[in-house]
Amino acid sequence: MTTLITAPPIDEVAPTARTVIRPGVLPAPGAKQWVPACPVSRLVPGRGVAVLLPGGGQAALFLLPNGMIYAVGNIDPYARAGVISRGLTGDRAGEPTVASPLLKQVFSLRTGAALDDPEVALPTYAVRVQHGLVRLGVPHP
Amino acid sequence: MSTTTERATGTTGTASRTVVVIGHGMVGHRFVEALRSRDTDSTWKVIVLSEEADAAYDRVGLSSYVGAWDRSALALSGNSYAGDDLVELRLGTRAEQVDRRTRTVTTSTGEVVAYDALVLATGSYPFVPPVPGHDSEGCYVYRTLDDLDGIRARAEAAIARAAAEGREANGLVVGGGLLGLEAANALRLLGLTPHVVEFAPRLMPLQVDEGGGAVLKGLISNLGVQVHTGAGTSSIAAQDDGRLAVELSDGTALLTDLVVFSAGVRPSDAVARAAGLAVGERGGVTTDTACRTSDENVWAVGEVAAVEGRCYGLVAPGYTMAEVVADRLLGGEATFPGADLSTKLKLLGVDVASFGDAMAATPGALEIVHTDATKGTYAKVVVSDDARTLLGGILVGDASAYTTLKAYVGREVPGDPGALISPAGAELGADALPDDAVICSCNNVTKGSICGAIAEGACDIAALKGCTNAGTTCGGCLPTVKKLLVDSGVELSKALCEHFEQSRAELFEIVASTGIRTFSGLLARYGTGTGCEICKPTVASILASTSSDHILDGEQAALQDSNDHFLANIQKNGTYSVVPRMPGGEVTAEQLITIGQVAQDFGLYVKVTGGQRIDLFGARVEQLPAIWQRLVDVGMESGQAYGKSLRTVKSCVGSTWCRFGVQDSVGMAVDLEHRYRGLRSPHKIKFGVSGCARECAEARGKDVGVIATDKGWNLYVCGNGGQTPAHARLLASDLDDETLVRYIDRFLMFYVRTADRLQRTAPWLDSLEGGLEHLKAVVCDDSLGIADDLEAAMSRHVEGYQDEWKAVLDDPEKLSRFVSFVNAPEEADPTIAFDESGPRKVPVLLGLPTVRENV
Repeated sequence: MTTLITAPPIDEVAPTARTVIRPGVLPAPGAKQWVPACPVSRLVPGRGVAVLLPGGGQAALFLLPNGMIYAVGNIDPYARAGVISRGLTGDRAGEPTVASPLLKQVFSLRTGAALDDPEVALPTYAVRVQHGLVRLGVPHP
Repeated sequence: MSTTTERATGTTGTASRTVVVIGHGMVGHRFVEALRSRDTDSTWKVIVLSEEADAAYDRVGLSSYVGAWDRSALALSGNSYAGDDLVELRLGTRAEQVDRRTRTVTTSTGEVVAYDALVLATGSYPFVPPVPGHDSEGCYVYRTLDDLDGIRARAEAAIARAAAEGREANGLVVGGGLLGLEAANALRLLGLTPHVVEFAPRLMPLQVDEGGGAVLKGLISNLGVQVHTGAGTSSIAAQDDGRLAVELSDGTALLTDLVVFSAGVRPSDAVARAAGLAVGERGGVTTDTACRTSDENVWAVGEVAAVEGRCYGLVAPGYTMAEVVADRLLGGEATFPGADLSTKLKLLGVDVASFGDAMAATPGALEIVHTDATKGTYAKVVVSDDARTLLGGILVGDASAYTTLKAYVGREVPGDPGALISPAGAELGADALPDDAVICSCNNVTKGSICGAIAEGACDIAALKGCTNAGTTCGGCLPTVKKLLVDSGVELSKALCEHFEQSRAELFEIVASTGIRTFSGLLARYGTGTGCEICKPTVASILASTSSDHILDGEQAALQDSNDHFLANIQKNGTYSVVPRMPGGEVTAEQLITIGQVAQDFGLYVKVTGGQRIDLFGARVEQLPAIWQRLVDVGMESGQAYGKSLRTVKSCVGSTWCRFGVQDSVGMAVDLEHRYRGLRSPHKIKFGVSGCARECAEARGKDVGVIATDKGWNLYVCGNGGQTPAHARLLASDLDDETLVRYIDRFLMFYVRTADRLQRTAPWLDSLEGGLEHLKAVVCDDSLGIADDLEAAMSRHVEGYQDEWKAVLDDPEKLSRFVSFVNAPEEADPTIAFDESGPRKVPVLLGLPTVRENV
């Protein structure tokens, strides 16, 4: 597979102007099962991919151009379809966001909250980058 | 209160009273509309008698009939009163006699119609001077659609004969007023060399003075119109060869192929006279300010009415009279307030405006004139004897100051009045105007009501048009309206989103001029933050419009909306629909078979689209490459149904198969679709090509509509279906293939460059200052000098076109993105399900998701 990101694996990054790829939020405490998603090189800055979770759930994993990685639920709670990973990322007043590709509701990538609807939120997942591999943390059942 | 109103007492809601309207012109129609919209209790039944076979049409725009020859384009909206049982429209029925005693009208069909109220809206008839030979064959008047058909037939025959004889065909217009110059333009458009004979020493003697007339004559002559002023027509005599010999009072003798009389109009008051109603000295049915005639049950509106003895030859006062009578019939007290006779028009492309006391008739009035012989402009303001109050003025050649100047009439001018028309002078600000100054004179909208609407939250031109009607008729006041918006502190935010302060059009210019080819580069220099779902696809579209790179190349991939990213249309359950291109609706049997097999093998729901192609629904993202490989293998390519880009070119079968067709519409549609396929634009673009005037391709409901004529193609632009349907408007007529394509190139690129994000062509046209005339000037006359540039940009697009799907199939990296899960690429999304138990396959959505605790 062609490398999409010029950065070398994460633990070899020199302290230069190069983008450091790292989790966008610190994981909440608690034991987790770390599910392998993909190599960092598989991610396109600004876009997402869908990750299949144990038990049939699914998450949307995003790499932003500033190197931050976020994972939220992939199921759009409005449209009830697994499409969040295909949404466009960006920011609203600095808050990193993803917009559902179906009806364009905007969610915070950090908290999962729908920015225009305090009642609705996507689940969020912890992310870990080790040896160039991205993993998602899901709570032990 | 009048007897009429008393008769209404106790009969409300039963439509027991009948108003008969004689004449179905613009004013008659306006009266019916006004009455029906206000008569909420349905107290009046309306019977309209109209001599003409066509229901009310835009007579003011009569000249636009030339070229398109499409009667329906001039029809006034709602003129058939379809679905309104209380209006009966009898076309081709002349009112012969009014019996005021029995309150009946006898028609040309012999019927006797009783009325409770009678409204005369008979308009006027053209005055034909009693010149010897004025009734010869080949003499016409300029008033109705039928007149224009007659002129057209005569002109076309004359051109054919003239060509055979190796000479130019020409036509002569008697009368150099406003209508005469319109007629001259019509003759010019028909291919004749027009001569204009005006008895007065200058053209448009009622509107302009001597100086303005001289400049106007120069401008008009430069357009190939032969002007003879200060001359009357002495005689007309038919020649053996069918031509007419015309002798003028100055001794000039002309041979002409046809003569059009346009020497003014006279009120059509014959029926009223015969009925014994009072008429004015110079004709017209005398009324009071309520528009009531000498018979309290008879009213007169429009050109036939002499309100307090004065006739008005413009449509706006007629509309006001119609509203007054409608109000009176319903018991109101409205009166006709008098009318503003200011005019601004473009004749043969020359601006002419006159307003207020244009001829300086006020005692002591002073005139300030500015003439620029090289530019061909004449401007005059008339001020009071103390040089402080503006009384009127005349503008020829450049009337851009008209709206503001007119609003100042009768008011004190800030500063030196001469500066108002001096090119170096300060522009008169709309902010200094008082609230009761009329900004839009077509719809009588004052500065106060515009500012009121702004205060209530109308913050762009479109919103202001919607709530005040300002600028919806001629559009001449729009620059002033815009200025009011800006001046009133409302920031006309053109900002695309929170990340870019610029409008889409500005970003387009930035990309084109700086050569910045990345979103990050554009954001770093011209924006803030990291972008969003609004600016990213917009910039992606601009980048795509300005180069032939694949839309999924490099950083651009991250900007595309989900549809563009997966080159398919996302549907409600997250699956995609697939639409292969079928240019002009053409498809081969082999392709059709493959489409069927693909649908069967992948279990896709099949539906034929409105754009003459086939949509395959229910494909999962990881299935798209395999589906497309099979379609590409039989020579099909992406239909860009997912993109803000050219969708389809719909066509009828055209002259190759259809017995009515006059041009090969399918061939043209296929060529156009091949030319513009893949062009990214501010919104989707649809085309239609019809092979004859029957218009089976519904081309006038498209952004670009091409309709065959026996001479070539008529080009219509800026139509659409959808939520706010708009009929496309005629841009140019009888084009050959090459010119047609050139005009479409220019039109599309101009739109792509200047429209707002998600602005379709119809609202874009509405937002263009100068509207359709401006667009015509840019596309057909290259008034901005950018035609070559626009054409070059389009030819780069055409040369650089590649099928997006084939390029993806050839590129393993792009292909690798078409997976369901990054960690389980072959696994089908378990949440996607369909229900096939009903009459058709439908997607089944997940149950409401359980919102799980964040971890």
